[in-house]
Amino acid sequence: METVEQLRDRLLARFPGAALTVVTNPSPSAQHSLVIGHAQAVEIATFLRDDPALRLDQCSNVTGVDWPDKEVTETTKVTVPDPAGGPAKVVAQTSKRLEPGYLEVVYHLYSISLRHGPVILRLRTGNRTDQVSVPSLTPVWRSCEFQEREVYDLYGVQFTGHPDLRRILMWDGFQDHPMRRDYVEPDDYQWEPTPHGEVMAKAKQHYPAAPAAPAAKEGGAA
Amino acid sequence: MSVSDLTPLSSPAGAQVRAVHDEFHGDLLEVSMGPHHPSTHGVFRMIVTLDGETIVKLKPVFGYLHRNHEKLGENTTYLASMPYTDRLDYLNSMTNNWAYAVAVEKLAGLAVPERAEYVRVILAEMTRLLNHTCLAGFLMQDCGCMGTPLMYAFREREKILDLFEALSGSRMMCNYQRFGGCRVDPSPEWIAGVRQLVEAYGPFLDEFEALLSGNEIIMARTQGVGRLAPELAVSAGVTGPVLRATGVAHDLRKVDAYGVYPKFDFRVPLGDHGDTYDRYMIRILEMRESISILRQALAALPGGPIMDPKAKLRGFRPKAGEAYGRIEGPKGEIGFYLISDGGPNPYRYRVRPPSFINLTILEDMCLGHTVADAVIILGSVDIVLGEVDR
Repeated sequence: METVEQLRDRLLARFPGAALTVVTNPSPSAQHSLVIGHAQAVEIATFLRDDPALRLDQCSNVTGVDWPDKEVTETTKVTVPDPAGGPAKVVAQTSKRLEPGYLEVVYHLYSISLRHGPVILRLRTGNRTDQVSVPSLTPVWRSCEFQEREVYDLYGVQFTGHPDLRRILMWDGFQDHPMRRDYVEPDDYQWEPTPHGEVMAKAKQHYPAAPAAPAAKEGGAA
Repeated sequence: MSVSDLTPLSSPAGAQVRAVHDEFHGDLLEVSMGPHHPSTHGVFRMIVTLDGETIVKLKPVFGYLHRNHEKLGENTTYLASMPYTDRLDYLNSMTNNWAYAVAVEKLAGLAVPERAEYVRVILAEMTRLLNHTCLAGFLMQDCGCMGTPLMYAFREREKILDLFEALSGSRMMCNYQRFGGCRVDPSPEWIAGVRQLVEAYGPFLDEFEALLSGNEIIMARTQGVGRLAPELAVSAGVTGPVLRATGVAHDLRKVDAYGVYPKFDFRVPLGDHGDTYDRYMIRILEMRESISILRQALAALPGGPIMDPKAKLRGFRPKAGEAYGRIEGPKGEIGFYLISDGGPNPYRYRVRPPSFINLTILEDMCLGHTVADAVIILGSVDIVLGEVDR
C-alpha cells in the first residue's frame, strides 16, 4: 500500500486545495496519520472508500482525543548592546505563549477486500469550547454511528450530519463530558461519613456547616 | 408516532416496514426489554416498537455497566491496566490481555520469545473454545431449550477454566500476558492437561452437535432469522463470526498473520446466508479448527524463555508516539489504541470493543421479526456487557 505522503499527494491531485497534513508517528509502530480539513472531509472519506486502489471499506475504530490548552515557554537569546560602550551582552529572554487546545477524532480505516491498512484519519475541532463541531462520517461508514455517539458523549464533539446524535454511555440528563482531561467529578456523592480523616474532610467540604441553632427562648410559647 | 418515523436509519438491507393504513392497526406498542430481562445477557436494554408482534423499530440503550474504563486506563500505568482488561469481556480475559500486550509491544517495539507466542496461541484457542461453547449453550437457552445444553457447555467450560486457574491463579480474571511475553511458564503437567482436554473436546462437540445442529425445532427457529447482508456488515464494522457468517473471508489470524499463526494449518469457515443458524454453525466449525490449531501448537511447542529478558515491567515508559494493535478475539476484532507522551501512564487508552460495534446492526437484523426472534438474534451476536459498556 502507498505511504501516507503518497496518499496525501494523490488526494491533493484529486481535491485541489484540500487541507491535508501528515502527522508522523515516531514510535516503532510507524502508523502515520493524515489530518483532514472539515470542508471536504466527507468527499475525501467517500473517495478513500471507493477508490479501486484503496477500497478502505471498513472503518474499524473511531475515537476521541483531548488536547487541552498548553502553556509553552520559549527561550530566545537577545543581544543587548551595552550603553556604556562595552561588549554587547547576550541575555536569555523567556516568553510564555498559550497554545490553544482542540479535540481530535481519530478514524482507523482498513480494507477487508484488499487486506491492507490502517489508514488513519484525524479531524480536529477549532477549540475545546465553542467550535467543537466536525463533519460526521457516518454516511460513509455505518460503523461510525455508535462510536461517534460515544465520542460526542465522552468528549463533547458535535458531529454535523450524524443521524442520531445522543448520549450513549452516560444518561441523557448528564451535563459534562467525562473523558476530557480537565473533567472534574461533580460533588454529588452520597456517602456515609466514617471516621477516616480523608473521608471526614470530604464530608465537611460537601455538607455545609449546619447554621448555629437559635438560642432557645425561656418559656416563649407559653 | 407516525409510520414515516419508523423507517430504519440507513439500511439498504433492512427488512420492509409494513405501512399502517387502517385504524385497526393504528396503535404501536413500545416495549422496554431490559435492563433486567433474562434474555439480554446482562444489563442491556432494547426499546422495541411493535406493530402487533412485528418489530418496526429497535433502539438499544447502553451504559448500565459503564465505569469509564478508558479513563481508568489513563490514570494508571501501562502494566496496571493489564488486570483491568480482564474485566472488559470477562469470558475472554486471555485474548483481551493479548490484544493489549500486542498494542503495547507495537508502541514500544518489544519482541516476544517464540515459546511465549506459542503459549499465547494455545491460550487464545482455548478461550475461543470456551467462548463459542458458552455461546452455543446460551443461544439454545434463548431458543427455549432450557438448561440441558447450557449445562453441557458449562461442564466443558469448567474444564478449561480449571486449566486457566492452574496456570494463572484465577479462573476468569487471568491477568496472564505481559509486554514481551507471559507471566509464568506452563509446566509439563499443565501441557499434558491441555492435551487431554483437546483430545476430549472433539467427542464432546460430536455429542453436542448430534443433539442440536440437526434439531428440527432449532432449525425452524434460527434458519432465515436475522439475515445480514455482507455489504452492510462490512460497512458497519462487524467483525468476527458474525461477519464470517455472511460469507466475508476476514479473519485477522490470516489477514494480519500475527504471532505464530502463519505456522499453523487451519481453515476459516464461512457462512452462506448470514442468518442466526449460520452464526451458530460458524462457531461450531471454528471450534473444530481451534482443536486442530491446539494439536499443532502443542506438538510444536518450543523450549526457551517465556519472557523477553530485556522487557522492563516496572517503570515502563515507552517513547512518545501512538499505536493501534488488534487481534482476532472470539467475538471479533479486539483492538487497543494507545497514545504515549513519554510518561508512565498512557496519554490515551482506547479499547475497540467488538461486541459493542457488532450491535450497530442489531436493529437492521431484527426489523420485521417478532420479539421472540429478537431474543435469539441478540443471542447470536454474542455480547458481553462488561465490554459493551466499558
